[in-house]
Formats: sequence, C-alpha cells, structure tokens
Amino acid sequence: MWHNIWKIASKPDNIPIVGMLFLVMFFGVLSFYLALKNDRIRAAAASRRKEGQPKAKGDVVDVIDIMYPESEQGLPKKISCWPHLVKLEFICAIAVMALLMFWSVPIDAPLEEPSSPALTPNPSKAPWYFLGLQDMLVYFDPWIAGVVLPTFIILGLMVIPYMDVNPKGSGYYTFRERKFAILTYWFGFFVLWVIEIVIGTFCRGPGWMFFWPGQEWDPHRVVAEVNINFNEFLANATGMAGLKSATAGLVIGIGTILGYYVLGMALPYLWLMRRNPVILEQLGFIRFNIVGFLFWTMMALPIKIVLRLIFHVKYILVTPWFNI
Amino acid sequence: MVTEQLEKVKEYVKESRVYKSMFRRGFEDTPRNRVLAIMGNVFLHLHPSHVKRHSVKLTHTWCMGGITFLLFLVLCFTGVFLCFYYHPDKINAYRDMKYFEYDVPFGVVLRNMHRWAAHLMVITVWLHMTRVFMTGAYKPPREFNWVVGVVLLVLTLLLSFTGYLLPDDQLGFWAVTVGTNMARATPLLGHEGPFGEQIGATAYNDIRFALLGGSVVGGNALLRAYIWHCVAMPVTAIIFLAVHFWRTRKDGGTSGPL
Ligand code: HEM
Repeated sequence: MWHNIWKIASKPDNIPIVGMLFLVMFFGVLSFYLALKNDRIRAAAASRRKEGQPKAKGDVVDVIDIMYPESEQGLPKKISCWPHLVKLEFICAIAVMALLMFWSVPIDAPLEEPSSPALTPNPSKAPWYFLGLQDMLVYFDPWIAGVVLPTFIILGLMVIPYMDVNPKGSGYYTFRERKFAILTYWFGFFVLWVIEIVIGTFCRGPGWMFFWPGQEWDPHRVVAEVNINFNEFLANATGMAGLKSATAGLVIGIGTILGYYVLGMALPYLWLMRRNPVILEQLGFIRFNIVGFLFWTMMALPIKIVLRLIFHVKYILVTPWFNI
Repeated sequence: MVTEQLEKVKEYVKESRVYKSMFRRGFEDTPRNRVLAIMGNVFLHLHPSHVKRHSVKLTHTWCMGGITFLLFLVLCFTGVFLCFYYHPDKINAYRDMKYFEYDVPFGVVLRNMHRWAAHLMVITVWLHMTRVFMTGAYKPPREFNWVVGVVLLVLTLLLSFTGYLLPDDQLGFWAVTVGTNMARATPLLGHEGPFGEQIGATAYNDIRFALLGGSVVGGNALLRAYIWHCVAMPVTAIIFLAVHFWRTRKDGGTSGPL
C-alpha cells in the first residue's frame, strides 16, 4: 500500500504538491495562530478597560499596539530601510537560493518519451496546479468546469476588495473581526482548490476513476455506476413516473437552479434583516447579490459532489444545447 | 605593513574620479548614508527610504512577495540560458532536452532549476495571496493592487502552463492536450461549447484553433507556446510587476493598522 503512495509522491513533478500541502498547512496554522493571538490580547485589554482598571504595563490600547511588543513601544514607528529591510531580504534570498540548489542538484526535472499523439497515457493529467479544474470535470461538463468556473474564480478573486466592506481588520491578523471572509477564503482555497489537487494527484487513476491512496491502480477495473438526472432522481424518490419526461426535466431543472440562487440569497437576507441589518445597509442591494451569487456558485461544487457521489445524480438541467 | 599599503590603495581608489563617479557616498553608518544607500541605487530604490517597524517582521509578510519576485528573477535568468540551446520545433525540441542532459555544461542543473523554481513560484504566489488576505491588506486604499495581484497570479499559472509543453515529451504534450481541450467547450467560441455549433464554430475556426495554431497540439502549438512563454507573457508580467511594486509604495507601503 505504501508502495503505491510512495510511487506517486516521489514522482519528480509531484514533489511540489507534497511540499505545497505542507507549506499551505504551515502558513495556514501560522496565520490563524497570529490572528487568534491578536484577538485574545485585545479582548483581554478591552475587558480590563471596561472594568475601569488602570492601564497595565504594556497594555494594548489600540490595534496598532498589538504589532509592537512591550520592549518596542515608544521606539520610533519608522526605521531606515537600509539595513533593516535590505538585510532581511538578503537573508531570505540566500535561504531560497540554497533550497533551490539543494533541490535542483539531486532531483532531475522529468522528461518522458517524445510526444506521440497515438499513445494516450491513462490517466492523462493536466499540470498539478490545474488538477482541481480537471477533477471538476467529474461533476460538471467541460464548459462549466473548464471555462465558466475558472472565469468566476478569477473574477471572484478580483472583486473581493470591492465586496468586503468591513472596515476592520485592515493591516493586521485577526479572525474575530472577519469571520465570514476568512472562513470563505479558506473553504475556497484549501478545501476546494488544494484538496482537489491532492485528490487529483493521489486518488485519480486510470479512466480518472477514484482510488484510495495506496490502492493499486488497476487499469481494468470497471465500476458499474448508473447515473441519473435530477428529475429522474425525484421521480424515483417520489414514485411519480410523470416527472421522468423531458419537459418535466426542463421545468424541474430550471426551477431548481433558479430556486437555488433565489433562496440562497433571500434566506440570508431575511436572516440578516433580523440579526444584523447594519451589514445589509453597508453592503447595499447590488453588492449583496454579487456576493450571494459568487458564494453560491462556489458552493455548487461541493453540493454537486454530494449529489453525484451519494445520490448518483448526473445533471440538474438537461437541454438540447447544454447540461448543468 | 601590508595592511598599511592596502589602506593606501583603498584611499587612492576611493578618491579616484572613476570610483567617485559611480559611488557617491561613504560607508559611515549615518542616517544620511542609510537614506542614500536606498535612494542612490536604482535597484534598492524600489524601496522607500524608511519603512514601518512592523513591516520588517517576518511574521507580517513572510517575505512571500519578495520570494516570489526572487523566483521570477531566477526564472528569467535561467530561462535566457535555456533559450540559447532550445529550438521550438517538432524536430529539435525533444532532442534539445537530451542535449541538456548529456552535452550542455551544467545543462541538467540549469533545466532543473528552471523547472523547480517555476513550481515553487506557483506555490509562493498562493502563499503571498493568502498572507495578503489574512492581514486584510487588500482593504482601502489597496483594492486595486489586489486586482493587479490577481492578474499576476493568472500570468504565473499561464507562464508555467505554456512552459510545460516546450520539452515536447509525453508529459507536456498530454497535459496541454487535456488543458486546451477544455477550450473546445467555451460557450459560443468553442465548437463543442453551448451554442458554438449554432453560430458556426468548428474545430478549424474556434478558440482552441486560435490557441494552438491548428486543430491538434503540433508544431504550430509549440511555436505559439514558445512565443507566449518566452516573450509575450514575461513582458506582460514585468509590466504588471512594475505597477504592483509602484502601487505598493504609493498606497503607503506595506499595510498596517492605521
Ligand atoms: C508574480 C507575483 C507577485 C509578486 C512578485 C508580488 C510581489 C509583491 C511584493 C514584493 C509586495 C510587498 C510586500 C510583501 O512582500 O508582501 C507585494 C504586496 C502586495 N501584493 Fe503582491 N505579488 C505578486 C502577486 C500578488 C497576488 C497574486 C496578489 C493578490 C491576489 C497580490 C496582492 C498584493 C497586495 C494587495 C500587496 C500590498 C500588501 C501590503 O501592503 O501589505 N500580489 N507583492
């Protein structure tokens, strides 16, 4: 079992993936550690102040104070770039160059046989950083997985600063003040992007079939899997055979997708109206809808994964021109 | 005795017109010289002369943007040497890889470094983006710099992707085949995408054809990948990098609590 995992992990082009996984986890933990530490220090200081206690030594009065430990308070806030920053950059550069050297001397870049259109490797995989997109092909047709969703990922990333109207948490690590933003980021980046890459690398064998890490990749494995469309699933579930017709499928499909987005935006709207109308006011109607649309488009992936893997649903909507 | 002589030579060099024409400051550690060290050097001049105390803390930036840029420079440097030996055509491309392996002095290390630095750069860009996100550094006034950053992220991935094809081996060929096959499915613009057929897209005029310069990943695709990889995209990246660094300074340097 370890043999197979090792075989994949030690392929030269897969070393970066293993490295990436650890680096992302390390820096993820680090950033949460820094954020929670800041939150804790400030909360303690705030509660002391509320109780009217005198300012303790090194107490945090303002956000800016958490950046500076007691020993540095009172020192000038600005320091000369030479040598302080240049020194740091120089050391970093040497460390990275050393790492690169020690990596490049013993481990050779892969070179396979000359390209040949007649010899299709099975599985044939995209470069590792695009494996998340390739793995989405299991759940969506190529026009969604390969074109529409990547476009939304790029656009979605670009609009983040314009959608996030929360003035707090600018320029320092914090979790308490930006819970929704941070959790959404890590869900999208870690769960949907990084984990998908790892699955694409370690768990997708011949025919892009799922193999547990360590399971031998058997090229002759056949999985009898009958996938049905959403309306057929509903028909089976409710026992109403009429739902299986193409027209019913069209109506159910369009209705489901519209309902998904409409409810997905309306329910949080109502909930926020009661709980926290200030946020709605800050966001405004248009921004709220853009955030909602992008958020639920992202969530469509895990939802489709569950539908597909557990309920064997292939398409939600089938039309003569495209399927979703 | 020897030190004395050396001292004299040093004095002489430092007083010479040639030296003075290049270096205009002394080495005493004075505030004035610290500023001049930055301002008088075109490369260091990317920095402001003074920075906020917290922004030189490793925990604040992880130095990730800088590391990414360093890797970009390494890639440009090793890339130039690779270009000296590489011919972007179906007959030579693969042979040149073998040539690197067996004939070119340090060819193997050169190719390895280019490859691993590229992979590493993809990772560090993601980490840099994560650190910017976690410090909320995209908030006003830095919104636009984040957008420039996303463009750089896309460019980094595409640079890596176009480079993958160049060895013309099975790995790159099929990776690029898989990748560009998705372009077939582009709505309207691809011949297998929604409404593509209806508006007349075929395998010979759709967007995939434009990317590959043909309907298969062949010689033309190799040439196009080469030009994108070695000319068009690096130049674009350098332009956006210049904007990125310039904006970082104009937006008040590395972010911090106000
Ligand atoms: C080729 C890729 C990139 C390079 C070489 C690069 C380089 C840098 C450098 C050197 C800095 C200075 C501070 C630091 O080191 O953190 C910086 C800041 C910044 N970068 Fe990037 N970057 C790249 C990509 C990105 C990406 C993908 C994003 C976000 C999507 C981004 C957003 C920002 C922002 C908002 C700042 C200002 C941060 C602050 O003021 O604290 N950059 N970048």
